[in-house]
Amino acid sequence: MAEKYIARSTAIAARMLGGEMMIMSAADSTFFTLNEVATVIWQAADGRTPLSEIVTGKVCQEFEVEPERAQCGTERFVDELSQHGILLVSDQPFDSSPSLETP
Amino acid sequence: MTLMAEMNQKALDLGVPLSVHLDLTYRCNERCVHCYLDHDDHGEMTTEEIFGVLNQLADAGVFFLSLSGGEVLLRRDFFLIVEHARKLLFNVKVKTNATMIHEKEASRLRQLGVEQIQISVYSHRAEVHDAITKLPGSLDRTLRAIRFLKSQGLKVSISNVLMTGNFADQQGVIELAKELGVAYTLDPTITPKMDGDTSILSLRIASSELKQIFRNEELVGDMAEFCAPPPPPGEDVMNGFPCSAGHTSCYISPYGDVFPCVQFPLPSGNVRRQKFLEIWRHSPQLEEVRSIRARDLTTCSTCSHVGTCTRCPGLAYMEGSMRGPSTADCEKSFQRTGILSANMLRKARAGSAGPLIQIQGPANPMPIPAALQEANPLSA
Ligand code: SF4
Ligand code: SF4
Repeated sequence: MAEKYIARSTAIAARMLGGEMMIMSAADSTFFTLNEVATVIWQAADGRTPLSEIVTGKVCQEFEVEPERAQCGTERFVDELSQHGILLVSDQPFDSSPSLETP
Repeated sequence: MTLMAEMNQKALDLGVPLSVHLDLTYRCNERCVHCYLDHDDHGEMTTEEIFGVLNQLADAGVFFLSLSGGEVLLRRDFFLIVEHARKLLFNVKVKTNATMIHEKEASRLRQLGVEQIQISVYSHRAEVHDAITKLPGSLDRTLRAIRFLKSQGLKVSISNVLMTGNFADQQGVIELAKELGVAYTLDPTITPKMDGDTSILSLRIASSELKQIFRNEELVGDMAEFCAPPPPPGEDVMNGFPCSAGHTSCYISPYGDVFPCVQFPLPSGNVRRQKFLEIWRHSPQLEEVRSIRARDLTTCSTCSHVGTCTRCPGLAYMEGSMRGPSTADCEKSFQRTGILSANMLRKARAGSAGPLIQIQGPANPMPIPAALQEANPLSA
């Protein structure tokens, strides 16, 4: 399967609350909470680390999950968050989002 | 329980300040007749100081950040502040009169991912709105800005403070909001000025008008349900606390003063002298606010409305005791249900029977108690 790269959108609000990540999409105000595993994937989504490496290096190692199950769960999670514009997905490494700096 | 309610409960259990209202300035280009602020600058926090506060708020777990004033756009560093807040991934809401928002500003707010812009509109008629803001041309400017913001796809809501001068125009504002495709809130709250001057309370709407609002199903939903007599309060109600102030939310002034809420002026610390979290966790004032349960309230704990009343502890505090009743909310509970509050009965027993006598007269159902202020916006 082709490699994927994921990055956090900056068009969201996010904060950790008691081990869970709260996220609200600025586009449609959908509110999410990510469990511990999803939070780790979210935090690793830097646009440069291949998704497969996030799965093996983070999810499998930190949570002792079988690689296949982890890959499958991660793909679903990435699909859902990307539909709401919360994660950006590409087949190449990329910079997460336009800068917020004052032009 | 919705996901958001679950997070609120979690924040409450963990003692996390989920929401903070930060006023960036008290300066304003309007001079609204009902405004409680002193518009002079008494030493606002600098850009660097505000950045430092925002960093601390993010570390403390704050998710919802309301930036307000005064008029926020009078701060030359306003966009730098929003930019910093958004880099810290706050959910940012901006309250403004919007008169200084043009295409460029609207586009920048969109680019920065601001969640919502709340804009004060007092009437659909310029002569009424401008007479309240005392800024000629302000309604035109505000409406033009709303269109710019909408064209950027931003979420805009109109906030209408109801007072004597614009009560008749409330439906006009609702129609205007519909036409513009924005949400609206009605707020019958007029609070005393910061220096304690209560003269602006004469602008408050009459009790009969409050009752009229409570009978408008477009605003309150199912009227029978809204106006139903309160059910007897259970243990959970008596062990409950009044509102989020000091529990999961607080207010910070442009001078760094921390209060439980913008409408609860109990000085609890200053971020120029102390760390925010130190104030949040250990200020004796916030600890006292957090310690109060419904069963501890004088008068209210014996009131049939205690479980359904909108009692604002901040207004109660301004009336003399954060454990006491808030006459504005007594008035609301009464106008909603027709049932006298424990506070009204207490006053009647104590000899100030004026209101009771007049309630029985058909022409004048209920005079406004002397210190009446209205609390808690009615959202529609
Ligand atoms: S009830 Fe009063 S003190 Fe509590 S959050 Fe509302 S306005 Fe603030
Ligand atoms: S109606 Fe008045 S006395 Fe009763 S709970 Fe509300 S504020 Fe307290």
